[in-house]
Amino acid sequence: MKHTLLSAFFVAALAAPAFATDYMIMAPAAPGGGWDSTARSMQEVMQAEGISPSVQVQNVPGAGGTVGLAQFASTAAGDPSQLIVGGYVMVGAILTNESPVTLADVTPIARLTGEAEGIAVSASSPIQTIGELVEMMKADPGSVSWAGGSAGGVDHITVGLLAKAAGIDPTKINYVAFSGGGEALAAILGNQVTVGISGVGEFLPQVEAGTMRMLAVSTAEKWQGTDAPTLMESGYDVNVQNWRMVAAAPGLSAEQKAAVAADIDKMVNSAGWKTLLETKGWANTYLAGADFDAQLAKEVDSTTAVLKDIGLVK
Amino acid sequence: MTTFDFLLHGLSVAMDPMILFYALIGVTLGTAVGVLPGIGPALTVALLLPVTYGLDPAGSLIMFAGIYYGGMYGGSTTSILLNTPGESASIVTALEGNKMARAGRGGPALATAAIGSFVAGLLATLALAFLAPYVVKLALVFGPREYFALMMLAFVTVSAAFGDSAMKGLTSLFVGLALALVGIDQLTGQARLSFGVPELLDGVEVTTLAVALFAIGEALFVASQGNTGVDKIEAVKGSVWMTRSDWARSWKPWLRGTLIGFPIGAMPAGGAEIGTLLSYATERRLSKNPEEFGHGAIEGVAGPEAANNASAAGTLVPLLTLGLPTSATAAIMLAGFQQFGLQPGPLLFATSPDLVWGLIASLLIANVMLLVLNLPLVGLWVKLLTIPRHWLYAGILLFATLGTIGMNPSPVELGMLLIFGIMGFMMRLYGYPIAPVVVGLILGPMAEQQLRRALAISQGDWTTLVATPVSAGILLVATLALVVPLIMRMRGQGAVLSQIASDED
Repeated sequence: MKHTLLSAFFVAALAAPAFATDYMIMAPAAPGGGWDSTARSMQEVMQAEGISPSVQVQNVPGAGGTVGLAQFASTAAGDPSQLIVGGYVMVGAILTNESPVTLADVTPIARLTGEAEGIAVSASSPIQTIGELVEMMKADPGSVSWAGGSAGGVDHITVGLLAKAAGIDPTKINYVAFSGGGEALAAILGNQVTVGISGVGEFLPQVEAGTMRMLAVSTAEKWQGTDAPTLMESGYDVNVQNWRMVAAAPGLSAEQKAAVAADIDKMVNSAGWKTLLETKGWANTYLAGADFDAQLAKEVDSTTAVLKDIGLVK
Repeated sequence: MTTFDFLLHGLSVAMDPMILFYALIGVTLGTAVGVLPGIGPALTVALLLPVTYGLDPAGSLIMFAGIYYGGMYGGSTTSILLNTPGESASIVTALEGNKMARAGRGGPALATAAIGSFVAGLLATLALAFLAPYVVKLALVFGPREYFALMMLAFVTVSAAFGDSAMKGLTSLFVGLALALVGIDQLTGQARLSFGVPELLDGVEVTTLAVALFAIGEALFVASQGNTGVDKIEAVKGSVWMTRSDWARSWKPWLRGTLIGFPIGAMPAGGAEIGTLLSYATERRLSKNPEEFGHGAIEGVAGPEAANNASAAGTLVPLLTLGLPTSATAAIMLAGFQQFGLQPGPLLFATSPDLVWGLIASLLIANVMLLVLNLPLVGLWVKLLTIPRHWLYAGILLFATLGTIGMNPSPVELGMLLIFGIMGFMMRLYGYPIAPVVVGLILGPMAEQQLRRALAISQGDWTTLVATPVSAGILLVATLALVVPLIMRMRGQGAVLSQIASDED
């Protein structure tokens, strides 16, 4: 199967006009997840908008993207046609897995999309506001069980930041990691846990159907589709966005990097990308160039700090 | 409108020639990817998603559902014929199915798998239509402690598959449990036994282990025996089709498999493989010919295959009623719904009844199509076994290797395939059963995680495990299943001993 893909790739490469670049995008995750659908969306739009005649997507799943990242950094070096999709989850995974390859070993190009984290309880829960929840945690941190995604991931980090902002010892939080959104959602709906945390999109349909109540969102501004307050508004200095980005290979010249950045810029500003974001329900949080680099450095620092506070990173 | 009216309305939607055509493409593709190594239904749907962007939503979702069902069908074929399970849900099928195939009964094995899948798919789809709202309530009752109890029940019951020596069976099981520890600990994010190899961080892939132990180990074993091998493969002995006794021995396992597979598939943390394991254990317990198990008992194919397909329908229950994806394919189908601006969830039945009932109805149709497509192929598939042995095993090695690379293109994965293959060879040589290793790898992490989650939620209070009637009830059944045979055996021995004693008098 790999052969057919490869030969298709070569045929497409030969047929392509000389001025446009072919891209190979690595999704460092299994098919079906957020990074995979980001990579495939990029493929669709770049081909449809004529930015690149042929775009291939390759899945290399494993360990929060660090397996794919390591493979990308070593095999793609110096090749401007190779891209990798990643995101905030990768920042945490690199730290907790003590990955030898970090984001410093690739060339981050731009942040593409983002989503707020939502904190929600089942509709039958007695907890009405985020303030009540935090009071419960202050009284007895262990009594509040949080259902969320993998340990050390963005859900876990957000809970740690909230605890820190509210003056609660982050090592005392009772975070229960579930694999996949479905299982965590079932645990919240079935009142197995006190509260749940996940991407807002995961909870919104339940909130609309009246089975869950959103207590707060994690971004600086309110999130589309819910009138839940932000954590900042509620008096906790937490601003987290689960973003996804695209990076290029290490060892590119300044011109090569600029050419890739220009292609991505063209894609983000195309009508096709805007329609796609709308149908997928993704927010456009495009950020590129030096601004993105600064933001990235800041988030790596704050994530390292909070993971140390939670006790996941020494 | 009643459920029945909705279903009839759905059937009228699905009877549209274009929709039928999409369903046909779906089941054909699904069967093909199920048979081919390395490409599962999840990857196929992911690849097709961008292609279907411009198509009619109902048609493409129905096609995806066809691929899902078709993949479940196709997966059993390689399990039975080549002992290379393509996905974890068809591992159990290989246990008896491949033994049947080498005894010249590949035809009946494939037929009972196909018809069993059809019966289970049909009943489970009807159950999806009529019972979904109730089943989903049951699924939500299941929290970590209930899952832990269920895993305990699974451990106790599948120990029946451990072969004749309890010592060797337990040794194999613990090898599997040890392998299950490899990788990132889900609850703390810390790496265990990964020795700095990044590929090991995600643990050992169940299908890699199963293919290595079953297929590679066996190919090595056959090669080591040379031409003097006792292990002759007979391509066809007797009829290619199921005999009257095959039917008589299959229909009850089909129904029981459906009954076990459907609710477990509907549970967010159930998974198809648990249903197949429980079904296998049940059939072995209930069988009138338990001595045939391990040597090709048709019940051991019929039950797990039915359970496998019933759980595929079960997976759609939380997906359609709650928007909860509980398997990789379901997660991608969810992405498909979103692509068309449909939000599966509690409101989907109310907001898009045409689509939901059309989907359910076309699953019924897809099931019929699959049977029509697969039964005539049985005769053709069985011919595979007439290939001379050295070529057949060379082919199996190629197939297994390709499948592994296709799923995860990494040298480490290939290395694992080889090492576990050699392990499988050694185990075969010294008479250790292989299935318990795979069982340990599947059940171990689930039992561990659910236990730790339950204890985290209760803040370390062990009584939480028996705090609900459901978890206490399942644990009680598990205890009985463990203790009762022991007592019976002891009493039986007691009777025999007193018999001997009285004889001496």
